[in-house]
Amino acid sequence: MTAISIQNLHKSFASNRAVNEVSLNINRGELFGLIGPDGAGKTSLMRLIASLLLPDSGSVHVFGFDTRRDYRSIRKQLGYMPGRFSLYPDLTVEENLHFWATVFGTTIDRHYHLIEQIYKPLEPFKKRKAGQLSGGMKQKLALSCALIHSPSLLLLDEPTTGVDAVSRMEFWDMLQGLKGKDMTLLVSTPYMDEADLCDRIALMQQGKILSAGNPHHLRTQFIGRLWEVKTPQIHPLKQRLNALFGCEVAHLFGQCLHWTCQADMSIDKVEQVLKQFHIPIDSLREIEPGIEDCFIQIARS
Amino acid sequence: MEKDIIRVRNLTKKFGDFVANDQLTFEVKQGEIFGFLGANGAGKTTAIRMLCGLSKPTSGEMEVAGFDAYTQTELIKKNIGYMSQKFSLYDDLTIWENIRFFGGIYGLSRSAIRDRSKEMLTRLGIVNLSNRLIRDIPPGWKQKIAFSVAILHKPQIVFLDEPTGGVDPVTRRQFWDLIYEAIDQGITVFVTTHYMDEAEYCHRLSMMVNGRIVALDSPEALKQRFGSSSMNDVFVQLARSGEKSS
Amino acid sequence: MKRLLAFIRKEFLHIFRDPRTMIILFGMPVAQLLIFGFVISNEIRDAKIAILDKSNDQQSREIVHRLLSSGYFRVGAELETEASIEACFKANQANLVVVFEPDFGRKLERNHRASMQLIADASDPNMAEMLSNYVQGIVFEYVNDLNRTSESPTFIQASYRMLFNPALKGVYMFVPGTMALILMLISAMMTSITIAREKEMGTMEVLLVSPLNPFQILIGKLTPYFFLSLINASLILLMAYFVFGLPILGSSLLLVLVSMLFILMALSLGVLISTVAKNQEVAMFISMFALLLPTLLLSGFIFPIENMPKILQYLSIFMPPKYFIIILKNLMIKGIGMSYIWKEVVILGLFLLVFMLISIRKFKIRLE
Repeated sequence: MTAISIQNLHKSFASNRAVNEVSLNINRGELFGLIGPDGAGKTSLMRLIASLLLPDSGSVHVFGFDTRRDYRSIRKQLGYMPGRFSLYPDLTVEENLHFWATVFGTTIDRHYHLIEQIYKPLEPFKKRKAGQLSGGMKQKLALSCALIHSPSLLLLDEPTTGVDAVSRMEFWDMLQGLKGKDMTLLVSTPYMDEADLCDRIALMQQGKILSAGNPHHLRTQFIGRLWEVKTPQIHPLKQRLNALFGCEVAHLFGQCLHWTCQADMSIDKVEQVLKQFHIPIDSLREIEPGIEDCFIQIARS
Repeated sequence: MEKDIIRVRNLTKKFGDFVANDQLTFEVKQGEIFGFLGANGAGKTTAIRMLCGLSKPTSGEMEVAGFDAYTQTELIKKNIGYMSQKFSLYDDLTIWENIRFFGGIYGLSRSAIRDRSKEMLTRLGIVNLSNRLIRDIPPGWKQKIAFSVAILHKPQIVFLDEPTGGVDPVTRRQFWDLIYEAIDQGITVFVTTHYMDEAEYCHRLSMMVNGRIVALDSPEALKQRFGSSSMNDVFVQLARSGEKSS
Repeated sequence: MKRLLAFIRKEFLHIFRDPRTMIILFGMPVAQLLIFGFVISNEIRDAKIAILDKSNDQQSREIVHRLLSSGYFRVGAELETEASIEACFKANQANLVVVFEPDFGRKLERNHRASMQLIADASDPNMAEMLSNYVQGIVFEYVNDLNRTSESPTFIQASYRMLFNPALKGVYMFVPGTMALILMLISAMMTSITIAREKEMGTMEVLLVSPLNPFQILIGKLTPYFFLSLINASLILLMAYFVFGLPILGSSLLLVLVSMLFILMALSLGVLISTVAKNQEVAMFISMFALLLPTLLLSGFIFPIENMPKILQYLSIFMPPKYFIIILKNLMIKGIGMSYIWKEVVILGLFLLVFMLISIRKFKIRLE
C-alpha cells in the first residue's frame, strides 16, 4: 500500500528549481532514503510532503490525502524532524519531550515503549538543558520528540549530517529498531554509504530524481564492469586512464582507483591497458559497484 | 619532504576543569596530506584553533610553519590558509570581489591578485562566472572556489575543516583533485572529514578520542593494525574503545 | 486546552530562563522611570515661585507656608502688582506665580469657596505643568484638612494661566509617554522576537505540522507577554504614584482597562511584525524603526505634535501611542472620565482590530 504518492512535482524559489519534475511512490512500512548532496532539493521535497510548502505544479498525496486541501489530516499522522533538530535549547530534556507530547495531545507514558530504546541513554540527563547536550544526544532527543505521538509517517531531514561515523551508525540502528512498527520512515542524507541501510532509495541531484529503487536493484543497473586498482601512483594512473578514454572512467575511492570498463572487456585486455602506462600495480580485482559508484555514473551521464 | 611544518609536543588546552586537548604530540611533514579525525566533541576544533593561532595553548610546545604558538601567532596567521564548511566566502559578494578581499587581507599586491585569480579561474574553468554572486553558485562549486581562495596567497599550510560536507560525490572528488594539485605546489594540507573514504586519501591520519590522540599512522597501517578492510571500521573501533575507557 | 496551557508554560520558561529578556522586561521600565523621574524631581527642588498675595490673611499665608515647606519651592520674588508678573518671568526670578484673590481667607470662611490663580512660564511646558500640579496637590491637601473639621465642603478654585505658550498644547508628564513607550516595546518587540526565534531555530516548522492551530500558537505566544505587560504597567503606575507623587485623579479601573486595550493592540502589532520577519535580527530592526523611534518622536512624547511640520502631523495620526498618551493624560492628570476619551479608545480599538485581522490573515500555516 502506498504511503506517499508524488506526481510530476515542481517547486521553484525565484529562479532556483528546487524540485524539478519529481514522481515517486513510497510504500507503507518502508524505510526510504532520499540521497543526494546539499542543494539537491531534499529539504524542499520533505517540506512539500509535510505540507509545509505548496507545489507549483503536480501533487503530493500522503495516505491518500492531498497536501494542498487535506493538510490537517496529514499533519495529524506526521512526525517531522527538520535538519536543525526541533529542540528548545533553554528547556531541559524532560521539558522538551513533555512539551511535544502535550502539543501532540498525548503523554510521555502512553507511547513510551516506542522511544524507550532511544530515550534510555538520556534518562540520567533529563534535567539538563537541551542546548548543553552533545550532538549525538541532541539527535536522540529530537528523534524521541518526533516519535512521541506514534506517527504513521516519520520524516527525518538529514538527521546524520555533521555527525561522526559512530553516532551515525547508532542512529541507523535506532531507525532499524523502528521498522516493523507500522511506521513509514523517510530519511534524507548526503552520505551515500547510508543507502544500503534503507529498503528503497532515491538518488537526487539538482532537484531531480536520478534513480529510485532498492539499493541492490540500483547496483545491478550499473553499466559496465567495475575494477578496483591499487597502486602507489594513484593520481598519475587516474589521469592516464581518463586521458586514454577521453572521459572520466576512473575515480578515486579511498586508497583505490575505481575504473569502469565496458562489459565486454576481458581481464586480459584490462591488464594490457594498465601495463602500457608502466605504472606499478599492487592489485587488480573486479568489484560490485557501490551506491556511490552508481551515483557518480548517473551524475556524469 | 622530511621537514616538519607542524611540531606539537604535549600540547594541552583546558577550559576551567575541562581538558579539551590532553598532551597532544605529533608532527606534520611538509608536503603531506594530514587527516585529523575524531568524533564530534573529541576536541578537533579546539586543536585547529590553536594551530591557526586563534587561541593560546594552556601548556605544551607548538610550532607552525616555524613560528611559535605563544609569541608569534600573527606570523602563523600570515603563513597559513583556512577554510571550513561553515564559513568560506561572502554570499553577497561576487567571486572576483571575494578574491580581491581575501587577497587584500593577506597583503597581496594588486597585480599579484589579478594574475593569480586569472590563473585560478582558468584552472577551475569559471572565468566567465567571476562576476556572479557567491550565493548563486552551487554549493559544491562554492567549496572548490573557497579552497582556491584559501591558498591564493600560497600559504605553507592550509587547514580544511570538513571542507566537503554535503557535497556530491563527483564534486567531492574534483575537490580532492584540487588538494593534490596544492600538494604538488608544495602546500601542506591539514584536513578534517566525516567521510571515511576521504580519510584514505590522506598520507597520514591521526585519530582523536576524548581530547587525546589515540592513533597516528598511514591509512594502510591503521587498517592492518586493526585487522579491518575499511577505515570506517577502524574509526568505530577506536571511538568505541575510547568511550569505554573514559 | 491542555495543549495551549503546555504552550503558555513553555513560553514562561523561555522568558524566565533568559536573563536578557528579564532585564528588558523589568529592568528597563524601572530604569527609565527613575532616570526621567530623577531629572525632573531635581529640577523641582530648585523651582522658584513668586507670590502675589492680594489678601494677605491667615489662610493665604498658611498655603504659602505649606508650599515653601514642601521642599519643592523657594521664593524668588514677592510681588505687589499684576503688572510686575511678566517682568518677574523675564528676569527669570520665578517659574511660577501664585496669586491669591482679595479677601481669600474671608471668602473661604464664609462661602467655603475662594479662588487663586497659578501663572506659569510655559516656555518650558513640562516644567510649567509639573509645577502647577505640585501646587495643586498641596492646595488640595490643605482643602482636605479644612474639610476634615468643617461640616460644609470647602472648595478652592485654582485657575491656571500659562504665559508664553498659553494653550499649553502637547504638554504632558513623562509618565504617560514612558508607559506608552515601554508597553509598546515590550509587547510588540518581545512577541515579534520570540516568534521569529522559533522560525530561526526550525521549531516553527514542527509547531506548524503539529495539531496546534495557528490561533493557538498565537494565543500561546501572546498570553505570557500580556500578563507581563500588565504587571509592567502597574509597576510604572505604582512608581509614578508612590515615588513621584503623580496623581491618579480619574478612575483606576478605567485606567487598567484602557491599558489592557493598548497592550493588546501592541501585541497584535508584534505578531504582524513577526509575519514579515524571518529571524530575530530583522524583528528587532523592524521593531526599532516601526515602534521605538515613532513612539519617541511622533507621538508627542518628546516633541509637541502641534509644533511639527504638517506632514509629520499627518503621520502622527497613525501612531497608536499618541492616543494612549492622550487618554493617560486625561485620565491621570485631568481626572476626566470616559465621556472625554471615548474617541481615542475607539481609535485604539480600531488599530487593534486592523492589526489582528491582518496578522491572522498573514500568519501562515505553511513556510512561504
